[in-house]
Amino acid sequence: MRRGWFLPIAATLGFSFLYAPIISMVVFSFNENRLVTVWSGFSTKWYGELFNDPQMLGAAWLSLQIAAISATIALVLGTLAAVALVRFRSFRGRTLFSGMVSAPMVMPDVITGLSMLLLFVAMESLLGWPAGRGMLTIVIAHSTFAMAYICVVVQSRLADFDRSVEEAAMDLGASPLRTFFDITLPIIAPALVSGWLLGFTLSLDDLVIASFVSGPGSSTLPMVIFSKVKLGVSPDVNALATIIVAIVATGVLIATLIQLRSKPKRARP
Amino acid sequence: MAKKPLIAADTRPWRDPSATPFVRIRNITKKFGDVAAVHDVSLDIFKSELFCLLGGSGSGKSTLLRMLAGFETPTSGTIEIDGQDMTHVAPYNRPVNMMFQSYALFPHMNVEQNIAYGLKRDGLPKPEIADRVAELLTLVKLQDYGARKPHQLSGGQRQRVALARALAKRPKLLLLDEPLGALDKKLREETQFELVKIQETLGVTFIVVTHDQEEAMSLATRIGVMNQGEIAMIGEPTDIYEFPNSKFVAGFIGSVNMVEGVVTEDEPGHVRLRSAEMGCDIYVGHGVECAPDQILSWAIRPEKVMLSRDKPDAPFDANVTKGVVEDIGYLGDMSVYQVLLDSGKRLRVTQTNTVRGNPDAITWDEPVYVTWNDTSGSVLTV
Amino acid sequence: MANFSSDPSFPPPRRLKPWKAVERGLAKVGISGKALVLIAPVLWLLVFFLIPLALVFGISLATKQFGRPPYSPLLTTEDGTVQLTLHLSNYIKLFSDNLYVAAYLSSIRIAFISTVITLIVGYPMAYAIARAPDPWRNVLLMLVVLPFFTSFLLRIYALTGFMRGNGLINQFLGLFGIEPLVMMQTDFAVYVGLIYSYLPFMILPLYTTLVKLDVALIEASADLGSRPWQTFMSITLPLSLPGIIAGSLLVFIPAVGEYVIPALLGGPETLMIGRVLWDEFFGATNWPRASAVAVAMLAVVVVPIMLLQKAQNAMVEK
Repeated sequence: MRRGWFLPIAATLGFSFLYAPIISMVVFSFNENRLVTVWSGFSTKWYGELFNDPQMLGAAWLSLQIAAISATIALVLGTLAAVALVRFRSFRGRTLFSGMVSAPMVMPDVITGLSMLLLFVAMESLLGWPAGRGMLTIVIAHSTFAMAYICVVVQSRLADFDRSVEEAAMDLGASPLRTFFDITLPIIAPALVSGWLLGFTLSLDDLVIASFVSGPGSSTLPMVIFSKVKLGVSPDVNALATIIVAIVATGVLIATLIQLRSKPKRARP
Repeated sequence: MAKKPLIAADTRPWRDPSATPFVRIRNITKKFGDVAAVHDVSLDIFKSELFCLLGGSGSGKSTLLRMLAGFETPTSGTIEIDGQDMTHVAPYNRPVNMMFQSYALFPHMNVEQNIAYGLKRDGLPKPEIADRVAELLTLVKLQDYGARKPHQLSGGQRQRVALARALAKRPKLLLLDEPLGALDKKLREETQFELVKIQETLGVTFIVVTHDQEEAMSLATRIGVMNQGEIAMIGEPTDIYEFPNSKFVAGFIGSVNMVEGVVTEDEPGHVRLRSAEMGCDIYVGHGVECAPDQILSWAIRPEKVMLSRDKPDAPFDANVTKGVVEDIGYLGDMSVYQVLLDSGKRLRVTQTNTVRGNPDAITWDEPVYVTWNDTSGSVLTV
Repeated sequence: MANFSSDPSFPPPRRLKPWKAVERGLAKVGISGKALVLIAPVLWLLVFFLIPLALVFGISLATKQFGRPPYSPLLTTEDGTVQLTLHLSNYIKLFSDNLYVAAYLSSIRIAFISTVITLIVGYPMAYAIARAPDPWRNVLLMLVVLPFFTSFLLRIYALTGFMRGNGLINQFLGLFGIEPLVMMQTDFAVYVGLIYSYLPFMILPLYTTLVKLDVALIEASADLGSRPWQTFMSITLPLSLPGIIAGSLLVFIPAVGEYVIPALLGGPETLMIGRVLWDEFFGATNWPRASAVAVAMLAVVVVPIMLLQKAQNAMVEK
């Protein structure tokens, strides 16, 4: 087909829009000047400052813990929900269930945060649990909305895999539970890995919900960044952003390489 | 079996050197990167022909068709349709329509809207479009299906909608990409017949791409056999089948037994080959351009070989050899015999089952004589 | 074929089958595999999603009071009678106070306009990716998803580096002697922030529908006489409608409730309902009022959310 010039130009502009701010942030993290966007010389002093900031480091450590735990909980719950939605064609309340599973994904953060907080406050006064708010409450809140995303990822993987493989296993004498662990789980493993990573990132990224359900002394990394950014420019945030971009880029690169390696080469027609 | 378009023998335009071709393809080459999908193809197609491009996958037949439709621009060469250069004309400005292999029916439009689509682009008045759509629905026998969406139709019905849509604009040239490929065998035979009938009634020039040789043989006025981006042979179906010009064409169309032989006699009226593979001499009843001692290929179709228990006459002291029936495939209308010759060569022979449940038929492990007429085989130099 | 298990001289080795034992044990108690799979996610969602939403509704009918928790109880027991007290004052305030009405309307307006612009920006990108040759397609798709994995907050922060008074855009304009533009703390910055953040959400569903679009349909349309623009309007656009709907809703819904973007990029006059809710809660500690605002916000997004689920189901089925 003939190709026009419109699409390449539009795509180039669009990608520049997406990436220019990120790239400039990386560049200016090495800027000596305190005025973030005025270049005055190469320096890595903001990285030093970042690693000597106990508040930032503590928040980062807390956020990583919360992200790992809530991604794991969400992975178990989300996978179970996905199995139920794909494999059980009909059960009572299926529509309600599927709505409930995916709603946290699109619910505005402020509503999720507020509603969770109200729940924790009510539970504390009625049951005495959870005592106060902090890491535990953030984990619960993050698990709930990460579960929705993971469910969607796993669902699509489950939906397009060949069921006859499972049937073959059962035909050869494996019980349904055994089949799930021997056959289904290995096949959907890539979706589980990407689901977990998604849950991890979502948790690490969340500001609004965490702000509602965290307690004193349990500030997550985004909360610390937000309070810094609100006050104005802070070059160490550039440094932090650069580190995150570097980690993500490396991760994606490794994932892509693994994927390319494992993908069988398809013969061209 | 489908009937061929009625072009009387004496009016076959490709036999008339002074006739003007309707589609004129000149030295067309199409490269994708370094690979030439179509290489230096020249081809003339005449008005009201049903021309089949036949070839395996990767032979370049679809690329050639797509260049005719305008979806691919040739790397070099020209395409002329009805006297006008079309090489660089955009698809939407060509008097050519295409029936897609996947049918490419617009899923969000019903049958009528699909058929009317091209007419609307021409800006025809509404009542005229409605009349034309009704006419086409009648032509493809889908009068009651106008309001249906494509996904509510069977495969055969979709195929007919695709045909009607492609015919709606009265194209000068209709391109059909594997038109019957997606249909099952029975439906395919019926549809073949209808397709030819419609082509005949409308007199539109059809170019059909297919990989199915039976389809090509029964549909086409002429066939162009393609191989590796080039045209291997152009000819009427009988020419292609009975007088292949190369080992490739002989092997591609139908099944064939092919052996090699050394020229021992080279006369204007006949040729004699000595073939160790056949275990006898092969006498060919016409002259061939060759030299003594040259090694040639000789091909014969399974149905042109005869089997017998008794030794048949050998008028030229040739064309008779011996073997044992190794295997028999019973197909109903005929049986396929695999005969192991004394030389170790296996021949494929078919015999029509003219007698019902014949108890006297030649059977497994029987020694048999194998024979053929001096005009049955073809000598192939390339 | 030999059947070893039925051959008496060839007894099958007896092995412990832990899975079978577990399943049999569960079946005895009356728990099927189905129920076992469902019980955890159902309970979790009930407790941590449905009940919290119900609480928001309930507390929106209370009033602020000092103490812990900072709202009046709905149920009180006095001399053996249970009394249910519902206050509509929050909702009355919501409808009568211009601040709330304006915030409500401007949230919808801002979310709508940014959705439309995101669609216009994202559609050609999604189309270009869907039509890109094979190895490129995955690379470009990855480039769309990649920003999503870097922090949202940090990307918004990166935008401020572009738009502030001495930011990159103004430095660039300064080279041509153009006066610095005021972009930060304006609605403009909020639009840019929303489009920037939600562009990937628009592109992905659009890409999903566009990549499935059979090229033969486009060719058929051209073959029947459509110019590229006509083909786009009559074939491509209608067939990508599920993607357009899903993408637009994925942008619109969170944009309505957005807090971070107006808080960091908007000015004091940029009224958005998410920000109002935040301020009611954290600033005024008026939990019942914040709950009422949440209910009002929910009223805006509940229909889009249901539409989105329908669109997503349609996309999965096709």
